[in-house]
Amino acid sequence: MEILLLNTLNGLSWGMLLFLISVGLTTVFGVMGVLNFAHGSLFMLGAYLCMQAMQYFDSFWFGLLVGPLCAVVIGVLVEKFLLKRVYDRDVSYQLLLTFAVLLILDDAVRMIWGSGYHVVEPPAILNGIMTIAGQDYPVYRFFLIIIGPLIGGLLWSFFHFTKWGKIIRAASFDNIMAEGVGINVPLIYTAVFALGTWLAALGGALAAPQQSLIPSMGEKIIIESFIVVVVGGMGSFPGAFVGALLLGLLESFGTVFAGRLQMAIPYILLAVILLIKPNGLFRKGV
Amino acid sequence: MMSSTRRHNLLGPAVLCLVLLMAPLFIPTYWTMILSEILIMGLMAISFNLLLGYTGLLSFGQGAFFGMGAYSAALMLQAGYQNLLLILLVGILAALLAALIVGFFSVRLDEIFFAMITLGFGMLFFSIAHNWLDVTGGSDGLPVFTLPSVKFFGSELTFYTPINMYYLVFTLVLVGIILLWLIVHSPFGLILTSLRENKQRVAFIGGNVKILRVVAFALSGAFTGLSGVLFCLFNNMATPEFMHWSFSAKPVIMSIIGGTGVFLGPLFGAAIFFVLEQVIIQFTENWMLFLGIVLVPIVLFFPQGVFGTLRNRFFKQGVK
Repeated sequence: MEILLLNTLNGLSWGMLLFLISVGLTTVFGVMGVLNFAHGSLFMLGAYLCMQAMQYFDSFWFGLLVGPLCAVVIGVLVEKFLLKRVYDRDVSYQLLLTFAVLLILDDAVRMIWGSGYHVVEPPAILNGIMTIAGQDYPVYRFFLIIIGPLIGGLLWSFFHFTKWGKIIRAASFDNIMAEGVGINVPLIYTAVFALGTWLAALGGALAAPQQSLIPSMGEKIIIESFIVVVVGGMGSFPGAFVGALLLGLLESFGTVFAGRLQMAIPYILLAVILLIKPNGLFRKGV
Repeated sequence: MMSSTRRHNLLGPAVLCLVLLMAPLFIPTYWTMILSEILIMGLMAISFNLLLGYTGLLSFGQGAFFGMGAYSAALMLQAGYQNLLLILLVGILAALLAALIVGFFSVRLDEIFFAMITLGFGMLFFSIAHNWLDVTGGSDGLPVFTLPSVKFFGSELTFYTPINMYYLVFTLVLVGIILLWLIVHSPFGLILTSLRENKQRVAFIGGNVKILRVVAFALSGAFTGLSGVLFCLFNNMATPEFMHWSFSAKPVIMSIIGGTGVFLGPLFGAAIFFVLEQVIIQFTENWMLFLGIVLVPIVLFFPQGVFGTLRNRFFKQGVK
């Protein structure tokens, strides 16, 4: 029973982080049709920038605010000067270009902050242990479990109830028609990429107190968020949520029942879903 | 599409062969080893390009088949088998079998989905190699202590010196590339190209798209396995890294640098990749950063790869 609760909580907190990263990835793909290999590096960049901002102002909340915004600046530059040119090119060029961005960002971070581990302390209010149903659990992870759906809900409301959200959905539905009715599609693309970058970097900043920071932290998470996005259905918002929780819980429980095979679980999940539902759980057939 | 009736210009390849044959006599041993690596990875990239350039499938899991070849060779050598032909055969068959299985499940998907499922399968192989300690040695990999030798006109040829290893690699890569060239320029190769252009039409005129794709995938896997066996012999080691997605990305990078529309493009891509690496690590250890910086303009401004674009510019030989 204890193991069940503990693994559920672990799975949920990891799943919520995965969700924040994947929802940005899936939104960018849904609107622009580009699968961004560098998304994990933006996650990593968010964590480092948060750490840097914390050193200047000595407040985690300030880092959480400023770090991701700094990453957005870099994201916008990447979109404006690089991605823009490959929207109508073959998928292999898009993957390779974003892969090049990944290489540049990872090595640049390695040059600036070194290749060693960095640790970020959670803020005092979230630093400690709380008791849930008789089980001791770190407050910070519980905070992640709450903040995930919160941000998810805000995003969902943004896409469904605001004018900008509706414009973005229109552009992703049919960009030529959207252009035809007077929507500035290139601007939308930049805005969406900025939003995706912000979500990735926010995920990184939120992950910072929970895991140690290394330049390669993005390379691991990008593959898992690819899996979440494909499993949930590429471009699907609810798909990213369900996919992330599914993967988070499977990985968490995998440590109990799969032993050494635990590492293979995400890939088995990916293969199984692609074979029985090639469009993912939440995407209708083409 | 390349016209099958055009006479193939064999002068270029013949000169290239001669240069490669003579090169070790003029360059330092260190560069002979780099050249061996270029040839091995070039073979991998050309086999990969049978999928991307000719069949229109972006495989992100080629490392799995490279690793199958390498691990087969390492396991056989550790078990005491010394027959080179047998090692090559088993390595290629192991890779072929793995590619048949992965291909069977993957070829029903297209584009990015195909890339993702092959990436997933590749990482599945990686997890197995990484975690099955008793067989694969886990993250340390499998070291190789003895290399097979070959009887050559009555004398025993060993491959412990870099020069001998180079000529072994050169011979087998040459055989591999010639076979791949024959495949690409056969009627079957033509069907693969038409699959890339329009697979619905191939289906309309009676082609079995699924079987054709599986065969292409398996062939590509088999030749990738050959390069894996060679790399294991060259490197004296098989490690799980061969199966990781970042290794599978290498043939993708090389093919696109060189040009996917030209048969030998990926080989040139491999050469550019390694020479660039050697030049850059002379003055900085951040080679990845510079690789990224070099890749960006190549992707943006050389739509047919460096070799393909230059060839089109200077020789006006259309590839499309």
